[in-house]
Amino acid sequence: MSKMTLQTEGDTQLIVTRRFAAPPEAVYRAHTDPKLIQKWLLGPEGWTMPLCINDARPGGKFRYEWTNGEGRGFYITGEYLELQPNKRIVHVERMHLPDPTPDNHIETRFEADGAGTLMTMQMTLPDAKTRAAMLATGMERGMEASYVRLEGML
Amino acid sequence: MHGLDAAFSALADPTRRAILARLAHGEATVNELAKPFEMTQPAISQHLKVLEGAGLIVQRVEGTRRPRRLSNAGIEAMDQWLGMLRKALATNYDRLDEVLAGMEKQRRRKKR
Repeated sequence: MSKMTLQTEGDTQLIVTRRFAAPPEAVYRAHTDPKLIQKWLLGPEGWTMPLCINDARPGGKFRYEWTNGEGRGFYITGEYLELQPNKRIVHVERMHLPDPTPDNHIETRFEADGAGTLMTMQMTLPDAKTRAAMLATGMERGMEASYVRLEGML
Repeated sequence: MHGLDAAFSALADPTRRAILARLAHGEATVNELAKPFEMTQPAISQHLKVLEGAGLIVQRVEGTRRPRRLSNAGIEAMDQWLGMLRKALATNYDRLDEVLAGMEKQRRRKKR
């Protein structure tokens, strides 16, 4: 069963959809409660989020910090623009590598889907170049993971 | 083996990865690439040479224009790269499934 879709849209957007076997209230909470966010928003195996500050209200700020436990890390800061409890979150965020990347504008919607939830996340980058750079960053981290695996095999 | 090595080192540079991503939207000339990347034409040309040498892009001759586009190997690299993002996201959401299951258990316990 393929639960997640990921596709590019036009020059500047990325759309992710995912179904969950829990109601929108729970999925929304897992996206806004820092204690819950710290449990799942971690990326590749081996990374943890030691710092998660999240003020989920319009105008509220958040800051997530990740580390791989071997001295490597990065963080994201962002602001909430709109929150419709259990339905919709609109926020902007940028990665600090450590220089900040251009803002990623993200709208996340949670819709009841039977007993579960259909989540749709629409990321909009300022331009095609920024989207490309964001994908490239993901690739870089993926490549690192491959290198580490390769090292383990040698 | 040489091809794979060349592709790997070509992709180790963030600008070249970004150029590749730009070409995934369609072909572009050096001029068209130089503008959004805020780089000089010679600098872009240098990167294109490396990508070409690695077999990730090809050029076409159209009068005085030399538009570049992704080769099959370049398209494959792009697919891999979207695949990596897909994998990272999928890993997160699989974890979220577990978190949600845990929340549901707690809710039931409270109800009793």
